[in-house]
Amino acid sequence: MHEMAICESILGILKEQARAQKFDAVKRVRLEIGPLSGVEIEALKFGFDVVTRGSLAESAALEIVETQATAWCMPCGEAVTIAQRYDACPKCGSYQLQVTAGEELRIKELEVN
Amino acid sequence: MCTVCGCGEGEVRIEKDGKTHGHSHDHGHHHDHSHDHDHDHGHHHHHGEHGDLDYGAGPAGTAVPGMSQGRMIQLETDILSKNNAYAADNRAFFSDHGILALNLVSSPGSGKTSLLVKTIEMLKGKLDASVIEGDQQTAADADRIRATGAPAIQINTGKGCHLDGHMVGHAVEHLAPADGSVVFIENVGNLVCPAAFDLGEAHKVVILSVTEGEDKPLKYPDMFAAADLMILNKTDLLPHLDFDVEAAIANARNINPAIKALKVSARSGEGMGGWIAWIEAARMMALAGHPLSDQAAAE
Repeated sequence: MHEMAICESILGILKEQARAQKFDAVKRVRLEIGPLSGVEIEALKFGFDVVTRGSLAESAALEIVETQATAWCMPCGEAVTIAQRYDACPKCGSYQLQVTAGEELRIKELEVN
Repeated sequence: MCTVCGCGEGEVRIEKDGKTHGHSHDHGHHHDHSHDHDHDHGHHHHHGEHGDLDYGAGPAGTAVPGMSQGRMIQLETDILSKNNAYAADNRAFFSDHGILALNLVSSPGSGKTSLLVKTIEMLKGKLDASVIEGDQQTAADADRIRATGAPAIQINTGKGCHLDGHMVGHAVEHLAPADGSVVFIENVGNLVCPAAFDLGEAHKVVILSVTEGEDKPLKYPDMFAAADLMILNKTDLLPHLDFDVEAAIANARNINPAIKALKVSARSGEGMGGWIAWIEAARMMALAGHPLSDQAAAE
C-alpha cells in the first residue's frame, strides 16, 4: 500500500530533476527494485500511472529492473542467493544469513525530452 | 543559499544551528518553502557539488536509429532518499539532545496504546516520556496518552498507511521533548509499510499479540527484519489460546537472528519489568556523549 507513497517520491525526484537539468517531459523511467525492498511491483506500476497523471511523466514508460537478493552465510562463509527473507541457506540450511543485496529501491536512469 | 531555486538564507529558519547541512531538511525550517529545496538539496548530496548531474547527461540516441532525440540521465538515486534525509535530521536532533526515540510498529489491535499507557505509568518519576501517535483518523489514542499526564501529539495520516520522516520531524518540533527523555512513536497499525520508512528512531520495536498467529514473522518478514526488539503482548491470554510462544520467537529469529524477544502483558503487568529495563538500557545508550549522561549514571 505504500507503493503510492513511493510513486509520489519518484514523481518528486523527477520534478526536481526537471528543474535542475532543464527538461519538460520524461519519456522513460528505469527503476531498480530488489525482492527484499518490500515493494509490490504490480502495485507500483498501477500507482505510477495514477500519480503521474497530468504531470511531466504522464506518458513515461516505466521499466523495472528486478535485482537478485543475496546474503552472506556465516556458517558457510560465502555469499548465497535467496528469494525471501526467511529463506535458509541453500547450502547448509542455516538461518544465520546477513542480507547483502536485494533491498534496492532506486531510480537508475531517465530518458527525457 | 539554495543553488537551485536561489532562495536566500534570510528566508530560512533553522531551529538548531550548525549541525545539518545549511538550510536543508531541518525541523525548524518552514514548511511550504522547505519542500522545494529540501528535495533538491537531498539530491545534491548524492550527486556532487552544484546540483548538476553532468555525467551521462549529454544528448544520447541521436546516432542510434530508432532511438529518441531525448537525453538519458543516469540517476542512481534511492527513491526514499528524501525520507531518509528527514530521518537523518531527526536522528541528529535526538542524538544532540540525548533523546531515545522508539518506533513502535504492529498490526492494528496488538495493544500498542495500552502497552504505552502502562509503560508511561511505570516510567513516571524515572524518565520523562512523550508520545507521537500515528493513526489514519481520530485523536483517540493521543487522548488516552494525555490522560496519563504525558505530552502527546497526534498525527493523522488520512489515507496514508505509515508515518514518514517529515511528519515525525514536524511532530517533534511541536512536542519539544526534553533533553534525556524518551519519545515513543506509535506508528500506524500496519505490519507492512512502516518497515520501509525510517523515522530517525534508535530502534524499531515490533509488537505481536498472542491472539495473532505465531507465523506472523514469516508472513511479514520485512518488519521483523527491521526491528531490534519483539514484544509478545497479551500473554495473560495464553492459557486460553493455542499460541506457540517458542515457535513465534523462532520464526522471528529465522528472519532476524539478532532480534530480542520479551513476553509481556500490559494488562496484568507480567513481564513489564523487563521491558522497562530494556528502555532504560537503550536510553543510557542514547545519552552517550550528552552532558546528562554522567548524571544519569550516578542516579
